[in-house]
Amino acid sequence: MTALLEVRDLVKTFGSGEAETRVLRGLNLAMQTGELAALLGPSGSGKSTILTILGTLMHPTSGSHTMLGLDLTTASDRALTEFRNLHIGFVFQFHNLLPDFTALENVCFPTAVREGRETAAARLRGEELLVRMGLSERIHFPTANLSGGQKQRVAVARALMNRPELVLADEPTGNLDRASALQVMDLIGEINREEGTTFLISTHDEKIAAQCRRQIVVGDGLVTG
Amino acid sequence: MLYALKIATRYLTASRAQTALLVFGVAIGVFIFIFMSALIGGLAEFIMMRTAGDMAHITIQAEAVDPALLNPAALGTVLLVQEPSTKATAILKDTSAFIPLIEGLPGVKGISQQINGTGFLTRGGQVTQVSINGLEPGHESVIANLASYVTEGTANLGAGGVLLGKTLVEDMDLTLGQTVRLQSSSGVVAVLTITGIYEMGSGGPDRRQAYVSLATARTLFKLPQGVTRVEIKLDDLYAADALAPQIKALTGLDAKSWTEQAAQLLDALKAQAQTGYILKAFALLTIVIGVASALLLSTYRRRPEIGIMRAMGAGRWFVMVVFVAQGALIGLMGGLFGAAAGYGVLLAFPSRDSFGPGQSGLPIDIRQGAYGLAIWLTTLGAILASILPARAAARLDPVTAIGQ
Ligand SMILES: Nc1ncnc2c1ncn2[C@@H]1O[C@H](COP(=O)(O)OP(=O)(O)OP(=O)(O)O)[C@@H](O)[C@H]1O
Ligand SMILES: [Mg+2]
Repeated sequence: MTALLEVRDLVKTFGSGEAETRVLRGLNLAMQTGELAALLGPSGSGKSTILTILGTLMHPTSGSHTMLGLDLTTASDRALTEFRNLHIGFVFQFHNLLPDFTALENVCFPTAVREGRETAAARLRGEELLVRMGLSERIHFPTANLSGGQKQRVAVARALMNRPELVLADEPTGNLDRASALQVMDLIGEINREEGTTFLISTHDEKIAAQCRRQIVVGDGLVTG
Repeated sequence: MLYALKIATRYLTASRAQTALLVFGVAIGVFIFIFMSALIGGLAEFIMMRTAGDMAHITIQAEAVDPALLNPAALGTVLLVQEPSTKATAILKDTSAFIPLIEGLPGVKGISQQINGTGFLTRGGQVTQVSINGLEPGHESVIANLASYVTEGTANLGAGGVLLGKTLVEDMDLTLGQTVRLQSSSGVVAVLTITGIYEMGSGGPDRRQAYVSLATARTLFKLPQGVTRVEIKLDDLYAADALAPQIKALTGLDAKSWTEQAAQLLDALKAQAQTGYILKAFALLTIVIGVASALLLSTYRRRPEIGIMRAMGAGRWFVMVVFVAQGALIGLMGGLFGAAAGYGVLLAFPSRDSFGPGQSGLPIDIRQGAYGLAIWLTTLGAILASILPARAAARLDPVTAIGQ
């Protein structure tokens, strides 16, 4: 296993003066390539904050952030956008898909936005991923008509589209019933084993966390376990 | 770019009713723009035809010259007695020298040589002062279309004939074929037969103008040769300002464009055009505001999606193009529909060729609809209108936009 990413002395505060909240207080975390890790902690402990910083969607107040040997703390918006596109996949809890597009169009988005159009090769990969997620019957479905579990599987397929090194999932099963949640987690585990994609998954669910090989617990703005 | 356009098109087709309503609103603005263009343009043409249509486009008027002194002043004091008739010596002598030159110029439609002056028309005990217009037989309708205004008799001016206005005829209780006495300001009297009666519809000429043949005018004003005025009609009346100096340079005569005398008319037309511009500007402004507010609403509604796209690696520029393209498409569609509707409605109005005198209704000129300009300006306006919402969308913070 090789080092994939590292954050050191990560501090994140929101607001200023009286209203200042210090969410992260010098957090340290390193991840290796191929890990399947759960991010645990009470509500408001800063799990989503960590994921958005690792996902380069937000800058930390202070501290360093490196991934794939690159310093991301000082990179420009344009550079981070490209970095995200190539190396990071996201699965969110709500508002995950573009509702006016089909499942396949959603999955192809990360490649199409980079290449300027939906190529045949991209469509082929998108279809393969959807088949793999058990959605062969739903490839050309408008995503608005999909069930919650199906939507999350489309989102996982999309996160994998550009073969990123890291997939960040913020409570991907938070909205799903037990059976659907387990199905999504099984697929994530399978991709992790077969492709070596690194996953960091925030969750409140102990059973979901138990499916991951590593558990990272945050509390008080630090990694506590 | 192509992919951003695909997303933009999908956004527009996804909320079909809203897009249709927006395009409809834009089309109405475009329709007003086109209707105003056709109306203002047609109105200007109509006014021109009714006024400038009957006037000379370029006039060469003989300047009043002082009689030459036979005895140079250097030899002593000269006592000069000037008769009232000396005005008539203000003539353009060598017409055969310069008329062919002017005729040869491109854009010249017709030339009318005239001898003009004043006189008194007498019938029985009644006397009326009139302007006398001596025209070449066969050239009566070169400037004002006299033939079209004749209500009785003929516009052809023969020797011994006179053409009088309807008001004058009625005031003096005259009829076609009667004889009248015409005494010029030079004191010459001619007895003439009324061979035609005309009605231009405007008071002045109908009451005051007497048309005679050039030969009759020569006798009346004692001008065996030359004329007092040359009037020129052009194919395009707006070419007069360019052509007048050319004629001046060519002949050395003081050729004046109609625009020098028609400043008021031009001012009125300009004011009318400006009113049109203001109305059209408001139509465009409505389009811009409508598109801007609709897109602003759309960016707000699609905030989470914008955040998702940004997280997936869509740059700010991409988001910007998605929304500007929506504006452009709305503008283009609204422009096309509005222009088509405008053309269709304008077709229902009487054609421009039937504008002539005595016509009622709006003098709309379908050819002045400015369709291309309307479509182009609308698309441009819609693009400009979309820039603000598009910028707001592009600058959204992805984290707050996703709102997890
Ligand atoms: N944009 C923000 N402005 C102000 N405070 C914020 C902002 N984002 C997060 N916070 C605060 O930071 C703290 C951590 O939030 P975060 O969403 O990271 O927690 P979390 O561990 O994901 O919680 P949950 O399990 O409920 O999702 C919370 O107290 C939250 O109120
Ligand atoms: Mg959270």
